Amino acid sequence: MTRTAKPARPTRAPSTLTAMRKLMPFARPALRSVLIAMVMALAASLVSLAIPQVLQRLVDGPLRSGDPSAVPGAVALVAVLGAIEAGLYALRRAYIIGPATGVETRMRRAFYAKLQDLPVAFHDRWPSGQLLSRSMSDLSLVRRFIAFGVVYLVVNVITIGIGVVVLLLLNPLLAVIFTVCSIPLWINGFRFEQRYNVVARRSQDQAGDLATLVEESVHGIRVLKAFGRGRTALEQFTSRAEELRGTEIEKSRAVAAIWLWLLLVPDVAFAFCLLVGVWQASLGHITVGGLVAFFATATVLRFPLESIGFLLSMLFDTRAAVDRLSEVFESENTVRDPEHPVHITEARGRLSFEAVRFAYPDTAADGPALLEHVDLAIEPGETMALVGLTGSGKTTMVELAGRLYDVTGGAIRLDGVDIRDLTREELRTHIAMAFEDATLFSASVRDNVLLGRPDAGEEALAEALEIAQASFVYDLPEGLDTRIGEEGLSLSGGQRQRLALARAVAANPAVLVLDDPLSALDVDTEALVEAALRRVLTRTTALIVAHRPSTVQLADRVALLEDGRILDVGTHTELLARSERYRFVISSFDDRPQRDREEVRA
Amino acid sequence: MTVLGVQGEERGADLSRSERRQLRRRSLRLLGSLMRPLRGRLVLTMGLVVVSTALQALGPAVIAWGIDTGLPALVKGMALPLVGAVAIYLVAGVLSGTLIAAYTIQTAQISQAILIDLRKRVFLQTQRLSLEFHETYTSGRIISRQTSDLDSIRELLDGGVNELVMSVLYMLFTAVGLVLVDPTSGLVLVCSFLPLALLLGWFQRKSEAVFRESRVASAKLIVHFVETMTGMRAVQAFRKEARNNAEYGELAEHYRRINARSIRLFAVLDPGLTLIGNLTVAIVLLTGGFRVATGDLAIGVLLAAVLYSRRFFDPMEDLATFYNAYQSAAAALEKVSGVLEERPTVPEPASPVPLPPARGNVRFEQVRFAYKEGREVLPRFDLDVPAGHTVALVGSTGAGKSTLAKLIARFYDPSDGRITLDGVDLRDLASNDLHRAVVMVTQEAYLFSGSVADNIALGRPGASRAEIVAAAEAVGADPFIRSLPGGYDTDVNKRGGRVSAGQRQLISFARAFLADPAVLILDEATASLDIPSERLVQRALQTLLADRTALIIAHRLSTVAIADRVLVMERGRIVEDGAPDELIAGTGRFATLHAAWKDSLV
Repeated sequence: MTRTAKPARPTRAPSTLTAMRKLMPFARPALRSVLIAMVMALAASLVSLAIPQVLQRLVDGPLRSGDPSAVPGAVALVAVLGAIEAGLYALRRAYIIGPATGVETRMRRAFYAKLQDLPVAFHDRWPSGQLLSRSMSDLSLVRRFIAFGVVYLVVNVITIGIGVVVLLLLNPLLAVIFTVCSIPLWINGFRFEQRYNVVARRSQDQAGDLATLVEESVHGIRVLKAFGRGRTALEQFTSRAEELRGTEIEKSRAVAAIWLWLLLVPDVAFAFCLLVGVWQASLGHITVGGLVAFFATATVLRFPLESIGFLLSMLFDTRAAVDRLSEVFESENTVRDPEHPVHITEARGRLSFEAVRFAYPDTAADGPALLEHVDLAIEPGETMALVGLTGSGKTTMVELAGRLYDVTGGAIRLDGVDIRDLTREELRTHIAMAFEDATLFSASVRDNVLLGRPDAGEEALAEALEIAQASFVYDLPEGLDTRIGEEGLSLSGGQRQRLALARAVAANPAVLVLDDPLSALDVDTEALVEAALRRVLTRTTALIVAHRPSTVQLADRVALLEDGRILDVGTHTELLARSERYRFVISSFDDRPQRDREEVRA
Repeated sequence: MTVLGVQGEERGADLSRSERRQLRRRSLRLLGSLMRPLRGRLVLTMGLVVVSTALQALGPAVIAWGIDTGLPALVKGMALPLVGAVAIYLVAGVLSGTLIAAYTIQTAQISQAILIDLRKRVFLQTQRLSLEFHETYTSGRIISRQTSDLDSIRELLDGGVNELVMSVLYMLFTAVGLVLVDPTSGLVLVCSFLPLALLLGWFQRKSEAVFRESRVASAKLIVHFVETMTGMRAVQAFRKEARNNAEYGELAEHYRRINARSIRLFAVLDPGLTLIGNLTVAIVLLTGGFRVATGDLAIGVLLAAVLYSRRFFDPMEDLATFYNAYQSAAAALEKVSGVLEERPTVPEPASPVPLPPARGNVRFEQVRFAYKEGREVLPRFDLDVPAGHTVALVGSTGAGKSTLAKLIARFYDPSDGRITLDGVDLRDLASNDLHRAVVMVTQEAYLFSGSVADNIALGRPGASRAEIVAAAEAVGADPFIRSLPGGYDTDVNKRGGRVSAGQRQLISFARAFLADPAVLILDEATASLDIPSERLVQRALQTLLADRTALIIAHRLSTVAIADRVLVMERGRIVEDGAPDELIAGTGRFATLHAAWKDSLV
């Protein structure tokens, strides 16, 4: 069974460095700034190290000899150095803000654009909570890493390096002891990487799952309320949140373990150095002053050493975030624009399905395809109704025509051109769709209706609204400018469906593809819409998914879809007469109307 | 204007001083109530950190002692003092490292305990709040409250409230030490509190406003993101990608600018603290230096004073980081506590009346309903639906049918009058009892991620597989479910992406069937079904509804065949009421509708 589910975690994870390199395309413009920030941070550390030196000179020199005249100069030096240190901090921080937030925002926009580019099949697989947590939490991790983490990681490692060299110069023997003692730290550091990487990744995935649950509990609130299942949802949410809590605790255990070593190693090293150092001093190999200097320098290294734990977990958190983002960035788009697109200047609107085969990606390779061998041609200006049982693939055919999915075999042609040879942009200009599940966006009525043709005039707008019998919009508080959708006025199912229909009509396409566009309308309104729709349909090619006889009557011909094939094509009357299957699918559930009709015909 | 609940959530700079105080108190109350159950643990953690810090502070003293006492002793051939010092050093090091590790885990446990408590509270509150709230607040915002706002609270908690206490204690002790050593230097330090207070005050004022804005901006970003992801089909079909990229880009840029502003504030605060610290040290040195030079002050005392005043500012950076996280979290807490403060307009009864096994008698007594005062949807009316009756509700779009149905499911409460189930006011029933007795199935059949079986089981959590299959069989959903790749265990994925609208309705029917309520409300629940499926559902309904009360809203009048009684609604009023045959035979509105419907059939 071939499953194109979420990319499985590779068994051997690539190194953190390789993983982080994926940041480069976005981080490159900030690279120079990060380097400069590092230099500034290093300079600030050096300045802060210089202050004690000045103090020492002052104490050892003029003060010991009781000379007040040197005091103001030394104090001024301390003050200036202090001001420089603070100034460098301020500069570094101010300097990195732009580049770091720039990287974050660039990635956020690219992420969003990528998601819009990816086909519907991708979104079927990925819950939007997972995508949301990537676009918010993961990206802010990246920003913080660039603004702070990477700068200090590098600077502190350099500081430690310099410090070790200084120690070596001061006292090679003690320095070697110090270095040897730190070996367990490095070993544990690598172990920490492996352990922490796994939990960091799991924690972010679980946070994404939690976001998905939240999202569903909000979008499905009506169902949860209707069944009184708020408690059940809470229980499910709690158990997931507990899982996340468990992971976070596990993460803290990993951090605690590395912290322990980070604190322990310098202490043990100090103890041994003390032992050996005093012993050496007792033999007269080193002076007491040298011993003091050694410990003083080693002490300076404690803070950078301790900070490494925190910085490493930041690095690994970011790495997990980058991995998660890369999964989306590297998702292959299966519905692409062709390299050399063909252009149809004036679409006539002949839509043909030729030996079309389609199977969802998660169908077994040898399993039955949803559409097996569909042949259907719709002539320019013709209206074709598509009839079939629930789940027979009608909606899929509609979606294939707009390339929301691509056919797995055969081809769909518009005016003889394989639709895969057109850009998606152009194809979707020629073909407008209305879905049964009418989605409105948070925008004015006007913008929603003119979505497919923003430059259309008031006249086209008014006409589309009239055809869809959506004149109710004029009675909304602000008429056509009323904000609707998620962030606006909520409309009933029937109202939403009529606006979605108006939107398809307003797009004025060569081919209209309507998926059961009237299901939520009452009989009266439906009749009115149908009457108006006839006018549009005379000038446009149309493919209409229909469940009801009344909708079918809008069509010139009807295609009956069953078992992945077009079973029969003909006029409604022809099919009624010759196809028992058609009568089964379209006739109403009692036989009376059937008899009525036959009486009429008799 | 008010800031009660979520009102004024998007307001920023124009908040009055008392409103700001009100918001701050609300956030603190919430924080307090979250921390109260963890008092013991907090104290323990603080103890850990105090002891381990003290042990760390011991280090330098031991080294000094090792050199001053151990060395001369060793020269005299006595190794014990040196070995003793090394041993003490080792023990202290191991102990403090272990304590810090324990502390790390404890902090994570505290922060996770608080988070899970808060997550659950917000989740439950979201479920508890009425539809009215959700319709105006929008799903994207409630999602952002539960994701990105909780994230920033998590950051505060991970930063560790303990560290704050520790820093403050450390600073306090240091200040006391300084005053004891040299009161004059203590005075200098006290003087430095003035610029310190000014700087912190400035930061608080500015950052409060910026972080508040930042929460609003991130919510906007999330709202847009979620809307795009849930409406991806329409986005692609109508080529909204480029326009979306522009809109989202603008929101992302706006968010970036606000973020950059908040970081910039911190970029002033942190170096500002360093500057004040460094200058204080310089002044202490200045005042002390002259006194030493004139012999008024011992050089050792000056050294101690300088070291103390320097150390006083050491935890400042931690403190600044904490304060920054606190301000960010406070803004988030403000929003979250606002949601928690909202009172559901459809509240749970304080002392619910237990519902005996419901028979299903629904009565409307002098009920009147308006979504907003002045815009009456249902004028005052009475209605009695005896137990076991099936009532069809007919009328054009917007006649108030759905509203009437939603009142029975208690999605809303009537503005006047009361609705009773078996004589008990719905408002006196616990929501669990009510929804065990009354279930509503709507046209929009939302599927949650999980298997098909999970989705059906929502009707009755804990149902066995056999019961689930039986429910699916009863509504005719079994054949298509079995044909899915994984049968009942097929993951329906996000929003039922590839389960067709009709199939979703069948699943939600099975859900209702499994719930087995005394009162079943079907609001356009068969609109997307093909005729044969609808026929199956109708047949199932006849058995299902035999012994229960039902209210059916359907545009297709075929449903009427199974109804005992038909209500025709027009502009919120019931204009006809009678047995179907009676009404069809008459000359009223229903007779006309029925005739039109019959015409629309084959």
